[in-house]
Formats: sequence, C-alpha cells, structure tokens
Amino acid sequence: MNDLHRLGVADLAAAIAEKKTSSVEVAEALLARAKQHDHLGAFLAFNEEQTLAQAKAADARIAAGGRGPLLGVPLAHKDIFVTRGFPSTAGSKMLAGYQSPFDATVVSKLAAAGAVTLGKLNCDEFAMGGSNENSAYGVVRNPWDVERVPGGSSGGSAVAVAARLVPATTGTDTGGSIRQPASFCGITGIKPTYGRCSRYGMIAFASSLDQAGPMAHSAADCATLLSVMAGPDIDRDSTSLDHPAEDYTRLLGQPREGATAAQPLKGLRIGLPKEFFGEGCAPDVIAAVRAALDQYEKLGATLVDISLPRTELAIPVYYIIAPAEASSNLSRFDGVKFGHRAAQYDDLTDMYKKSRSEGFGPEVQRRIMIGTYVLSHGYYDAYYLKAQQIRRLIAQDFQNAFEQCDVIAGPVAPTVPWKIGEKSDDPVANYLADIYTLPGSLAGLPGMSVPAGFGEGGLPVGLQLIGNHFKEAELLQAADAFQRATDWHKKSPEGY
Amino acid sequence: MNTVKKEASLLVQGYEVVIGFETHAQLATKSKIFSRAPIAFGAEPNTQACAVDLALPGTLPVMNREAVAHAIRLGLALGSHIAEHSVFARKNYFYPDLPKGYQISQFEIPVVQGGEVSFFLGEEKKTVRLVRAHLEEDAGKSLHEDFVGQSGIDLNRAGTPLLEIVTEPDMRSSAEAVAYAKELHKIVTWIGICDGNMQEGSFRCDANVSVRKPGEPLGTRREIKNLNSFKFMQQAIDYEVRWQIEQIGDGHSIQQATVLFDPDTGETRAMRTKEDAADYRYFPDPDLPPLVIAQEWVEEVKATMPELPRQMAERFVREYTLPEYDSTTLTQSPAMAAYFEIAAKASGQAKMASNWIMGEVSRRLNAEDREIENAPVSAEQLAALLQRIADGTVSNNAAKQVFELMWSESAPRGPVVHVASGDAVGQGAVVSGVAQIDAIIEAKGLKQMNDSGALEAIIDEVMAANTPMVEQFRAGKDKAFNALVGMVMKASKGKANPQQVNDVLRQKLQ
Amino acid sequence: MSLTLSDIGRIANLARLALSEAQSERMRTQLNGFFDIVEQMNAVDTTGVEPLAHPTAVIDHVSLRLRPDVVSEPNNREANQRSAPVVERGLFLVPKVIE
Repeated sequence: MNDLHRLGVADLAAAIAEKKTSSVEVAEALLARAKQHDHLGAFLAFNEEQTLAQAKAADARIAAGGRGPLLGVPLAHKDIFVTRGFPSTAGSKMLAGYQSPFDATVVSKLAAAGAVTLGKLNCDEFAMGGSNENSAYGVVRNPWDVERVPGGSSGGSAVAVAARLVPATTGTDTGGSIRQPASFCGITGIKPTYGRCSRYGMIAFASSLDQAGPMAHSAADCATLLSVMAGPDIDRDSTSLDHPAEDYTRLLGQPREGATAAQPLKGLRIGLPKEFFGEGCAPDVIAAVRAALDQYEKLGATLVDISLPRTELAIPVYYIIAPAEASSNLSRFDGVKFGHRAAQYDDLTDMYKKSRSEGFGPEVQRRIMIGTYVLSHGYYDAYYLKAQQIRRLIAQDFQNAFEQCDVIAGPVAPTVPWKIGEKSDDPVANYLADIYTLPGSLAGLPGMSVPAGFGEGGLPVGLQLIGNHFKEAELLQAADAFQRATDWHKKSPEGY
Repeated sequence: MNTVKKEASLLVQGYEVVIGFETHAQLATKSKIFSRAPIAFGAEPNTQACAVDLALPGTLPVMNREAVAHAIRLGLALGSHIAEHSVFARKNYFYPDLPKGYQISQFEIPVVQGGEVSFFLGEEKKTVRLVRAHLEEDAGKSLHEDFVGQSGIDLNRAGTPLLEIVTEPDMRSSAEAVAYAKELHKIVTWIGICDGNMQEGSFRCDANVSVRKPGEPLGTRREIKNLNSFKFMQQAIDYEVRWQIEQIGDGHSIQQATVLFDPDTGETRAMRTKEDAADYRYFPDPDLPPLVIAQEWVEEVKATMPELPRQMAERFVREYTLPEYDSTTLTQSPAMAAYFEIAAKASGQAKMASNWIMGEVSRRLNAEDREIENAPVSAEQLAALLQRIADGTVSNNAAKQVFELMWSESAPRGPVVHVASGDAVGQGAVVSGVAQIDAIIEAKGLKQMNDSGALEAIIDEVMAANTPMVEQFRAGKDKAFNALVGMVMKASKGKANPQQVNDVLRQKLQ
Repeated sequence: MSLTLSDIGRIANLARLALSEAQSERMRTQLNGFFDIVEQMNAVDTTGVEPLAHPTAVIDHVSLRLRPDVVSEPNNREANQRSAPVVERGLFLVPKVIE
C-alpha cells in the first residue's frame, strides 16, 4: 500500500484493521522514511527490533480479532518521556545514553492500547526553549522552510508529524511547548488541563506547569490519543487529578446542543482577549487568525470581546516560577547516581560543578541561575512569592473571562517561525515570544493550536483555543468542526 | 522562692546552661514515606532504594498514610495541635546522600504544633515545651572506611519516614536533657510509632547547647549532632558546657557551629560546615498538594491510642494512693506497669508492691539485665508473698529470702509453677503461688513465731541470763531495752514478731 | 536592582555551576536583561492574595492523596544502577565526603 505516511491515525488504524496493510509493514515503511529525512533532525533514537516486535504483537492481536483506535498505529515520543529500550536524554548531554528502568505512564498507556513506538524525538534541553535550538543533539528544521525553527520545546514532535514521518506524537507543554511548535509546523496539538495526564516518567522541568499532550494531523486524532493518555495515576503522581478518564471523541461531529448541522457551533461564545490582538502581534498572523474567526462565525459561533489584563505580566511570572521549580528539579543531576560526571575534578564540590557545567547547556544554566536566585535568602518574597500571588490573579482573570465566553481564541505566537540562529543570542526575545501561551499555562487551562492558514513566506499560522479546566472535549469539538469546514490541517509541506 | 534557689543551684561556674533538643525519630512503617520500597535495617547496599528513592528522572513522590497517622499519634500523646492543613516544602542543598538535591520536609506549616513533655528529674517534676514536630524523609548514608580517597553512598535509608521533634530551649542541665530524651524515647516507643533502637539510628538526638550569665539574653549555641546513646548525651553536653565556659573565660566568643561528639576522646569537634548551609531555598513542593487532616481522622486515631504513661501514672496516684515518684517509676514501660497492677490488685498491698518492684525486683532484673516481661517471679507470685508479709506469716527479711529462693529456683514466668524443693510438698506437684510460698516458708522454717507461750519462755531465759541489763533498764536506761529486744529476736532466730516481743518484754519488766 | 559579578558567583556556587569569567559576565548581562522585565511586577498590588502553588486549586480544592503503607518495590538494583557513573560493591562512589 502506497502513501501510508499520508494517513492520519484513524485512517491508518482502519487500513491495518481491514488488513489493507499490516502494522509491521507500516512500521518498516515509516522507519525507512524517518531515516531518509534524517536531515530534519526530528528523531534522536530508534530501536527497530523493539518497534517491529511491538508491531508483530499488534498484528497478532488484530488477527485474533482485536480492535482498537490505536492498535498497530506507530507513534513517537518526545525524549522528555522515559522509555525502556531507548535512551532517554531530555535533549541534554547530561543524560547522554541514559537507560530508564521503567516507562513513563503515558508511554505505557499508549503501548497497552496497541500503539507502536517508532522512536524518540528531539526537543529543547529539558523542554526549555521555544525553537528547539537548545537541544544538545542539534537543531530541528521546519519542513515548511528548513532554514527556520520548528518552534519548541516539542520541535521534533511537531516536525515528525508535519513532515509525515509518523501520524502522531507525544509532546509536553510547560509554557506553550506543544501549542507553539504545532502552530509553527501547521499541525494540531492539545495541552490538556494541568494534572489530566500523569507526569510520572516525564523528566521534570517545572512541576506545577508540565503537562503531556498529543500532536497529530487533526483534532479528531488528538482526541483519540488523549482519551488513552489522560486519567488519574493514583499510585505514581500526587498531582494527577482524581477525575475519571473520558472519551474525548464523544462530541466530535456533533452539533452543539440546540445547534444545527449547518451551524454546528451555534451558541458557542468565543472570547477574543484584546491583549492578544495588539500591535505586538504581526499583521500576517492577525490576518490568518481573523480569517479563521470569520469561519467560526459561519459555523454559528459568536465572537465576544474580552480582556485578560495581566497578559504581559505572565512573562515575568512564568519565567520566575518555572526556573525556580527547574533549579530544584535539576539538582538531582549531580553525577552521582546517573548522568554525566566530569572526567577530572579535585573534590566533591568540584565534581558537582564541573559535571553540571559540562552536562547542562547555556539556556538550562541560565534558568537554573534565575531559579536559584529568586528562591535564595532575601529574594524569595519579592520574586517567587510575588509571582505565585500574581499567578492567582491571572488565573482569576480567566475565570472572570469564562463568565462571558465558552472558549477563548487568539494567536498562538506573535509571529511565524523565525530563522535558525536569529534569536539564539537573545534569551529575553525568546521569552517574549511566549506571551500568548504563558497565561493559560499558569492557570493550568487546556489549550490547543489549530492550523489556521499561512502568513509571510507561506509559513503556517496556528489559531489558539483555550478552554476552562476539564473542557478538553468542548475544545476538540470546536476544533474538529473547523477542520470539517476547512483543509488547512490537510496541507503538508512541499515534498512531504 | 525555692524554684529560683533550684535554678541557682544549677549554675556551672556562675553560668546558666541552656539546652534545646531536635530529635529525629524514624517512624515504624513498612514502606518509605514517599515510595513503596521497604525500610528494614541492614540490607545489602542500595537493594532497598527504588527508582523514587534514587530520584531517577521522571519519578515522583506519593505520601504514605501510616506516616501521617504516626504524626497524629505523637501530637495526641504530647497534647499538641494537629494542623488540619500542613505543607511539604523542599530544602535544597547538594550532598551525595541526598538523591534529589533537596529533602522533602515541612517548613512554614508543620503537621504537629506545640505540646509538651513532662518527666521527673529525681523528685522534681519538669516540663519541656515543644515547638513543633514535622514529617520529613531521611537521607542515605556515606561510608568512608572501605575506599581510599572516596566515599561509598548507600541510599537504602533514603526516604525512611522521620518525625523531627523540636523543643524550646527549656533544659538547664545535661541531667535534665537526658531525662527529657529518655521520657520522649519512652513515649514514642510506648505509642508504637518508633522502635527506639538508638544503635541503628531510629532515635537520633541533636542538642543545642549555650551558656549565659543568669538574666542575660541567650548565648550563641552550638549544635551537637547525632547523640545516639543517653550516656554519650550526658558526656557530650557536659564537655561542651565546660568548653564554652572556658572559651568565654579566655575572652573568646562562641561561634555558632555544628559539632560531633567523639566517644573515644570524650570531646566534641566542629564539623566541616557546608559553606551555603544557610541558604536552603525552601519553597512549597509542587509535586505534593497540601496535607489535609480531617478532625474525624484525628478522632479515629485517638480511639485507638493506649493509655499514656503520664495518664497511667496519675491514675496510679489516684487508685493506689502512690506517691508521684513511685507511679512515674512504675510506668517506665507497659510491662512494668502491668506487673505492678497485677501484684497490687492480687495482694491488695499497692505501696508494698511498689516498694518491692522498685526494690528487690528491679535489683535482680538489673543484675541479670533482664526485662520484667521474663522475670522468674511472676506478679501473681509476688502478690502471694506480699499477702504473707501482710498477714504476719513472714517478716520482711524472711520474705526477701523466700523471694531469692523463688527467683533462683522457679522456672521463669507464670502464676503456676513446679516446685521440687522440700519434703513438705509432693514431688513436682503443681501448686498455686500461695501454696508454693507457704511450702518454701515451711521448708526453710521462716515462719514468724506468733505463739506467745514459746515467746515468753525465750524472754524469761534472756532476762535470767542478763540480770545486769534488766537492772540498768529498771534504773532508767532505755537503751538497755533495745538491747534486750535484740537478744530475744536473736534467740528466736528472727522468727519472733518484733512488735509482740516489745509488748511482752515491757510487761515483764514492769 | 542590578546583579553584580559577585552575585553571579554566589548564585553559581549555590547552584553548583562552574562559570568562567567570560561566562559570568555574559550571564550577568543576560540576567539583568531579564530582571528588567520583572520590574513591572512591583506595580501589582498583591496584598492579601494567596499564592497559587497548584493551578487547579482555583476551581478545585486540592489535597494530598495518601497511599496505604504497603511494600511493593522489589530489589531492582542492577537496572537502577545501569547508568551510574561509578559503582563498586553496590555503592555509588564519590570523592571523599569530609564531615
């Protein structure tokens, strides 16, 4: 069967179930394709033997009459998730070759559903970055323009899907790391409510913000994956929410209550925060987002002007809280139990310092420094505590906004992807580019990026949809309705 | 006021000693505080350190319910406030035995707040106020011996649940400090939250010691770490106090420091301080939501609490009209308290039972380094003996001989025993405690002489043989009377009832 | 406020990072650049605002889940130490720890 790589999760699962192809055939074809497109830098590791064994097992289950929306379907995981059989590096030299004795909960849930792990995906070191230029294992190239960044930190995850190397991937989102690369690469990605997916086996960056989520061709495929990934992890993660697993596909294709097939989103109030549409946002991005919103009106939704007054504050607040937690989370990398240890050192302290300075890249060291400083004696109240207080105000702003609307919409990022190297010497410029994704992250809200067209240089633009806590199904319904009426999400870059 | 006099009498070379305690009690759980690994002592290195304990990338903590229940038990035992809402924080520092590079502890809001520990120092009742007790995880161990220029890290102990129990600086002498530590040790073992094994580090004390001239503000303290025996505790504090007074005497000021006690030299020496120990960068652990303890849970735990030593001691004072000193001594352990209650009830001689347990019984136990649980003379047997003293069958001295015999001959434990001694009892027959004692009294001829005829005969003999002394008495020399009593007792081989001898002799001397 | 090189040195030591002089100078410039955008936080009145440590606490009352006191982790030393830099007789080796 040709063009297997063009199929999304649903179509591929169907083709395998109907024996038009086999899981093994698909795995072999995609492994070959991934290696052929090595220059993109999306993949960090393969384990053909294990991949084909999983595929064989899936084919056997199907032969025995087994069925399932992910049975036999190949996926790839961001290298933030620890996995048996593959190195788990978090994109860091610190963890070069690290072999985890266990699988992340999200990874084992997907495997149990019959998904086949094709490989591990490149990302910014410890998920710190928005361009994937902070990986110790090289940049990842955007298939829409290989001179440009794919976004980050889940850059490899986004590129692998955009270049049709694999139908879907896992990513993690702390301050926008699923939504922004999805937007930059023209694919669909969702970050669920904080605590919805287990963090067990996700190499921690910022514990109170990290969330796992799927990235795929369509909202429907994301819904299928998220239904498997989400759910409480009572035994392993104290922050995973005690909320029963849901079927996130349940509302797909359904008109909203009281709506019609012609106008399935009738009654949906979409809030547009004026702070997201200011002069800080590039005109080409605004244009694409506006066009998408017009489409939403055609689908029956009504647009409401709202305000998230503390949007700009989200940048300092996030870049204090996340580094503070990171500085502590990364203290375990000391060259004693695992990870890099310097070749030469005078004493214990020297071993710590050399091992960590050699093992961590510049951006990670910067954030460790910021985090250490804002927690240190005499500065805690002025920075960390103050940031956590403003965080509550930001979260309350969203709750006020959701009085007036059901979903909040706007751009994911102020611009289309920039050139590789363009901002790498200016950390603050990178931080500012996260302005539209940070507020939702701080509030723990679910958010999506949906392909909404193209801007300057034919580069993709994503529409961000933010819902209230636990409203993933409604978000996916709104995104799916849009994708049934448009084909932006079906576009793939030239030659892929 | 006499308390002032007491304080004053404690001054060391004119200095007042001020001591506060921080005690780390390992909690008696099966699994670790944040992981499902076992906590048994002495396993092969790192065989009880699971992925979570090793802080492997991606691992997260999940709290052990029983550790919280133990904290509640301690709070109830010490009359503390049990916080319905407390917070786990990260204490950040780098050390090889600290796998995550931070210790999960409680900082701003501990689970147990306030409370007090009361105990007797000699006859004097003392009360030490608690600041707090908080839950935290233990660290691993660094082994320095086996490797040249290197240390080996064993993380089996990492993640063992601890309660850190912190007092106010209320103690004024090493003796008081040790008495406090012993009382706290008694309480945590009594309520079953800690095995109390000091050699294995289950109960580790740090003493904060400072000195000052009376009335002056608190002096700078030095913290003596890991005092793992009561003996060393006293030695270490005494040495430290002398050292500090010397320093001040030589015009040096005391620098705040952490010191270790070396049992071999009997001295304390400052540890190499971690340069940045001061800056732990505490912040609430984002991996752990706040610990919420419902009042219902506290009530549930309360319902399962044993009677505490203090309450039991007070009851002994009430029910058996014992002095507080006795009742405190008898409530050293649940076993001793039970031994006393059986003996007191069965004999109806509470004070006598108390005297015997604190006297003869303890003396033999200590001599043989036995626990009262397996004393060869059971509480029932002791009770029977006390009855025989009370009803005048044997004198106190004779009773001691009986006790010695039972102790050395009896098979350990049980109210019912085999007696092979003496013809008076059937060979190896099983007899009751009382019967057994009567048998021994018979066999050894220890019965007190209550037959006045026989006694009068003896007295007449003695008087006849000592006319000069009789004269002296009649001439008004009272001393002579006691001498005569003594001679009568001697002649009766101690079997005469001293009171009876007194009475009869006086009559005859009229 | 503006960080000095000695601040950078103190923080780097706390964080156990070794920075060359050039790196420290660069770090100083970048951190000060960042703390410029932090200034705006001071303008916010947060009196009486409870810090938000767990994001879902705004809608849900979050409290710590407690697990039963059960042992279920078998000895897995070999796998757990597979990526350890230096192990001897089951112990992780480090330069001598002086107390």
